[in-house]
Amino acid sequence: MLPLFIIFAATAIVAALGVVFSRKPIYSALFLLVNFGTLAALYIMLRAQFLAMVQVITYAGAIVVLFLFVTMLIGGGELGDIRPRGSSLAARLTWPRLAALALALLLLAGLGYGIITGQLSNVQGSAVAFQNGSVQAIGQALYTEYLVPFELASVLLLIAMIGAIVLARPPE
Amino acid sequence: MIPTTYYLILSAILFVIGALGVLVRRNVLIIFMCVEMMLNAVNLTFAALAYHFLQVNGQIFVLMAMVVAAAEVAVGLAIVMKVVRNKDTTNIEDVNLLKG
Repeated sequence: MLPLFIIFAATAIVAALGVVFSRKPIYSALFLLVNFGTLAALYIMLRAQFLAMVQVITYAGAIVVLFLFVTMLIGGGELGDIRPRGSSLAARLTWPRLAALALALLLLAGLGYGIITGQLSNVQGSAVAFQNGSVQAIGQALYTEYLVPFELASVLLLIAMIGAIVLARPPE
Repeated sequence: MIPTTYYLILSAILFVIGALGVLVRRNVLIIFMCVEMMLNAVNLTFAALAYHFLQVNGQIFVLMAMVVAAAEVAVGLAIVMKVVRNKDTTNIEDVNLLKG
């Protein structure tokens, strides 16, 4: 299981970096597809089969396709905001980039501290309850305990649909 | 069996990469994709902890987050199209009408 996890995790991280560092939005969207696909695989390894299917259908099937449609509609030309040509290092270090650098260093420090002190190892779950798949468990919880949020989610989706249609209408 | 913390480390890395993208990029579409990536990283955390604690609640949360993400993408991309139609740019530096 561990080599499989390492393969998926590495693919997810590389694809995420590809999203951030691609010049054209089309390439970013395709990298995003890879990222979502590997996350679906990780969900299956976590015995969340239903989530994996929803991930593939909603994210890879609907959201990425929507991104691709919009990118093609508005002409996703490259902006040159990453790797700008011919500017000095000091000019490139704007405050969002400094904040990003600080955030990355914070992550590294946190991970390093966790690994050195040994807090980040050997915490395992025992997946007996999810052995037979979690679709049934999710359905049961969704239609009993979480019925009201479930219904409210459908209302939210309806409102979002109406809002998107109203916003995207061509001007009179 | 894979330790749960590996999943948490992976989702932290993915979240930070997404946040980096939001901070560094100026293309509104790519910023949007990075926000989606951050949402996905948090979803992975929920799923991993649901697996760890043998609770199905975490997966329900992921489902709700996916619903919100779908609604957000639909409305957000409509707004992006409106902005591009009005200002003919995907650079968020050029969309500064509300800037003081």
